[in-house]
Amino acid sequence: MTRVWNGMGAVDLAPTTHPWTVEAAGLRVRAGRHLAVDGLDLRLGAGVHGLLGPNGAGKTTLMRALATVVRPAGGDLTLLGHDGRRGGDLRRVRRRLGYLPQAFGYYPRFTVREFVEYVAWLKEMPSADVPQAVQRALDRVDLAPRAGYRMRTLSGGMLRRAGIAQAIVNDPDLLLLDEPTVGLDPEQRLDFRGLLRDVGVDACVLVSTHLVEDVAAACTDVAVMEAGRLVWQGTPGELAAAGAAGDPGDTAIERGYSAVLRAHRGGSAR
Amino acid sequence: MNGRPSPGRPSPGHPSPGLVTRYAAGDPDVDDVTAWSVELHLDGCAPCRALLAGGVDGAGRALLDRVAGAVDRGIVSGPAPVPARRGLFGRRVPGRTGTVRAVTPWLLTAVGLLAVACAAQRLGSPQDPQDPLVLLVSPLVPLLPVAAAWSRGNDPAWEIVSSTPRAGLGLLLRRTLAVLLVLMPALALAGRLTGVPPVAWLLPCLAFTAGSLALGGLVGVSRAAAALAAVWSAGVIVPTLVTRQVPAVLEPGARALWAAAVAVLCAVVLLRADDHRRLTSHD
Repeated sequence: MTRVWNGMGAVDLAPTTHPWTVEAAGLRVRAGRHLAVDGLDLRLGAGVHGLLGPNGAGKTTLMRALATVVRPAGGDLTLLGHDGRRGGDLRRVRRRLGYLPQAFGYYPRFTVREFVEYVAWLKEMPSADVPQAVQRALDRVDLAPRAGYRMRTLSGGMLRRAGIAQAIVNDPDLLLLDEPTVGLDPEQRLDFRGLLRDVGVDACVLVSTHLVEDVAAACTDVAVMEAGRLVWQGTPGELAAAGAAGDPGDTAIERGYSAVLRAHRGGSAR
Repeated sequence: MNGRPSPGRPSPGHPSPGLVTRYAAGDPDVDDVTAWSVELHLDGCAPCRALLAGGVDGAGRALLDRVAGAVDRGIVSGPAPVPARRGLFGRRVPGRTGTVRAVTPWLLTAVGLLAVACAAQRLGSPQDPQDPLVLLVSPLVPLLPVAAAWSRGNDPAWEIVSSTPRAGLGLLLRRTLAVLLVLMPALALAGRLTGVPPVAWLLPCLAFTAGSLALGGLVGVSRAAAALAAVWSAGVIVPTLVTRQVPAVLEPGARALWAAAVAVLCAVVLLRADDHRRLTSHD
């Protein structure tokens, strides 16, 4: 019998036994000596989640902990139903993970295709599936015409798209994108939002960003962080509704964001 | 199962040509379960697929023509197929390895250090032919490039690498092995030129490499390599150069201990494999 369900296997059809893709309780993560994430509770399921917060709120440190790059200093973190503290579990989680770091490092002499292939290899994809998966990832970020270019010749926006391609090459169940829209022009940002919605249908996508309008346009859910803690979580509509006309900001969602942060700061000052 | 079905009569395993035709025409009488089994069969049976065209009406043919035309145009205008790179045993391998460029300077430094030691031992101080310089530097030679191959500073994509399942002891050993494969011939040549038997330099070299990996699980490979290099320099190299005597640890009698150290350290590395999952365990 030949493969009927192309690219689909028992793994894809197996029911999930975990209620949340990401479940953090009292999570603490260090960045250097400083506790950048301090007692964070967060639950994320399928969908596109925006992570908002001022600079220094601990967004990047949280992303690194979720990407299993840094070990949490305390609290509980369950990813895709696995604890992640044991080596075998960590490996299983990482196979289903896609991560675009904020400081996207790359090998300058690699071509785009070689780089994405290398990441596919690092993600332990079956070697027979790699060429097709790489081409598909490059197509999805509209970088296929540049597949043969060396990474060092790419512009900033193209590098970001190459970074997104390496993150989605294994069709991850948990996709973590740290500032993915930096350097993208308005048209590419629109395409990128489409891609997010597409991936977010059955995967959990967490997008850390400064750009509140990206969140409004592409996210099903918003989490706001401040000083290492989660201060607000809800839909973009609810965030927009949280703002009053007097709050700073040009759009409803910006006003809502300022109002949420201000309410939290006022509450913690008391 | 590969024989062509004779017309009109369903042969075992093949759907009847009539059924294939009705399936192709989208006959509502063909229920879902039958359609799936026909589909499954057609996927693997070329003779039955050939029957499909007969059952398609004019609109269907036009659609197929359009699709075929679009695919043809895509093939012509799209990028040329990239030949798959194959390595040993016909397996696909990644075309490049990420850190070669970052590690090369350190490899060259190590080989240079070895060349200097070799030259000094051969040419210099004829009154003191005992100074076993090659033997003294042999444990240090692999430390620099191994540390460079497994550090966040040297791997531009470390953050991506350490979020992947391959990050761990396997990748570390792969890189260590690559470093040793480059250095072993250089060490063998230096040993030959200075008359040092291979076992004399090989055991300390392997012991220090394994030691840096084992200790590296606790404090990071770079720090471990630096600490081991410092200890060896202060504890063995300097006293040897001062007293001009072959140290006890490099006497032939100590080789059994070196071999035991290699075995123990390798066992520690394997047992503590999880320490290396985050590229360096310290942050």
